[in-house]
Amino acid sequence: MKYTAPTKQGYFGKYGGKFVPEILIPALEELEIAYEESLHDPLFQKEYHDLLKEYVGRPTKLTFANRLTEHYGKGKIYFKREDLCHTGAHKINNAIGQLLLARNMGKTRIIAETGAGQHGVATATACAKFGFECVIYMGAEDMERQKLNVDRMRLLGAEVRSVTSGSQTLKDATNEAIRDWVTNVENTFYIIGSVVGPHPYPVMTRNFHRVIGEETKEQLKQVEGRLPDYLVACVGGGSNAIGFFYPFIENEDVKMIGIEAAGLGADTDQTAATLTIGTPGVLHGSLSYLLHDSEGQVQLAHSISAGLDYPGIGPEHSYLFDTKRVHYFGVTDRQAMDAVKRISEKEGIIPAIETAHAFAYLETLMPLTQSDEIVVVNCSGRGDKDMKTISEWFS
Amino acid sequence: MSLFITAGFPDPDSTVDLVLGFEKNGADIIELGMPFSDPLADGPTIQYASNVAISNGITMKKIFEMVKEIRKASEIPIILMGYINPILKYGIEKFCRDAADCGADGLILPDLPPEESAVIAELAEKNNLDIIYLVAPNSTDERMKKVDSMSSGFVYCVSVTGVTGARKGEEVAKSVDRFIGRVNKNVIKNPKLVGFGIKNHEDAAVIAKQVDGFIVGSALIDTIRNNYPNNDWMENVLSFVNELKYGKKEK
Repeated sequence: MKYTAPTKQGYFGKYGGKFVPEILIPALEELEIAYEESLHDPLFQKEYHDLLKEYVGRPTKLTFANRLTEHYGKGKIYFKREDLCHTGAHKINNAIGQLLLARNMGKTRIIAETGAGQHGVATATACAKFGFECVIYMGAEDMERQKLNVDRMRLLGAEVRSVTSGSQTLKDATNEAIRDWVTNVENTFYIIGSVVGPHPYPVMTRNFHRVIGEETKEQLKQVEGRLPDYLVACVGGGSNAIGFFYPFIENEDVKMIGIEAAGLGADTDQTAATLTIGTPGVLHGSLSYLLHDSEGQVQLAHSISAGLDYPGIGPEHSYLFDTKRVHYFGVTDRQAMDAVKRISEKEGIIPAIETAHAFAYLETLMPLTQSDEIVVVNCSGRGDKDMKTISEWFS
Repeated sequence: MSLFITAGFPDPDSTVDLVLGFEKNGADIIELGMPFSDPLADGPTIQYASNVAISNGITMKKIFEMVKEIRKASEIPIILMGYINPILKYGIEKFCRDAADCGADGLILPDLPPEESAVIAELAEKNNLDIIYLVAPNSTDERMKKVDSMSSGFVYCVSVTGVTGARKGEEVAKSVDRFIGRVNKNVIKNPKLVGFGIKNHEDAAVIAKQVDGFIVGSALIDTIRNNYPNNDWMENVLSFVNELKYGKKEK
């Protein structure tokens, strides 16, 4: 079936939209025009793809996980190696794309929010490469648990502003970034790090990451001569997952699985499993599934992984969830940490804790597969940044 | 003069008395804030008031009860102001009906621009609730005309790009001139009220001369915050309100 979402107004089914203060409407309209133009601008496309190749290091590899495959003794497992991107995660695909747009729109100042710090590092990196002023908003709790990335951003010349309101994590960092944007909208471009926010951010960010799925399709065709049976990716806001899934959406035989952070369990109040237990609501400019109480007050999420510790999710995931094109499950902190160890020991790859949520689901999925089936996991980021949390967990 | 106060701030028992006191001291319209956990158009002051109100256990139902209570003693126009999510959660149809039943007159929804207003516009109209949209310094002339045509009650003119909160009065007065000129040219159907950054009578007087009225929120909440819970806090707050409207009394 032909997949055409979103609509011109930015709706994926009933999700999405532009729920923002009036001050941001002109900025979003300007961005929509610039983004549309960039799609048909061969110079923009060439510059973007050259940077992905020469600076980011694309295409990233598709690695056969032979020992993990042996371990489960069922289907074949491949990893799409976004951890090999410059800066250590997929985030830079989008940061570079949005920065080129900002430059073409004549903006001089860049702001971003970050949870795990990977989007912050990617944005700070792009700003260093192109000589832009860069301010990153980060929750105080996240600055503590992702200190290495804070140091990296500062070394790259970015100013990291600590956010102490509310949950002191990604949700509140996003609030502060939006407030900065409202105040400095004339000269400032807000590089949103996930497929969240008001239209056109969710579709734009998806399209800057679709290269992940496009490469996977091509690479798997070369080694296996066919499409995969399963795709598995972790989902916070959902950018790596949507970039990985999107090129396969019309291939109906490809089963796609998104893994949310269940924290201490989706049946506890210490969770970030938005689709599993949330209901539709508006946060950060779009209508999507949301963790909120009976009064519509947004709840504090919990996950050991800063990148998934968010009470919302991108509107396109809500749509894919409702239509059942993608199935979503939760993985707890403990299951994710066990997977960090397993993947490190069996494949020599230390995954980010975010990414480990996707790997953890293999425990459930692999016994159900046949030996001639193929599972591809998006290895969205590397775990160097998480060494402090990992050491503490296992000591 | 329109005054903004978050329902349930500084405590749930004061809201009705504050509103009635505001009216006695010169307020012509009340904007009653429905608190939200993530008020992204608001600066630190209104964020603080929202957090206090939420931790005071304020619910939509309690806000409606407050409006009912005010209505027993006053006919002052009451505009409910808040973000769309708590309204969606309450149910838009039920919200419009209950808001109208308790005697509210209109709505200001800062994260619901005209683009997204279809979810509530018809139901609000059916219940005789005005929807007040906003214009900002970066709104085009065309946009201002569109907002004017969609609004009823008045048009909320955000005088500076930024979040709610106190700014230097002079800065506001200077940058606001050109904006007000454009507003007066383009907004012709509705009365125009200017808000954001108005801290005292002098700021207000400059603006009141050029449009139909002014709005004070953060400066009022700061005054409450500075005085509460001293014995004479309410008295001090009301004399601040009186001064906003009429200027300092000769002593």
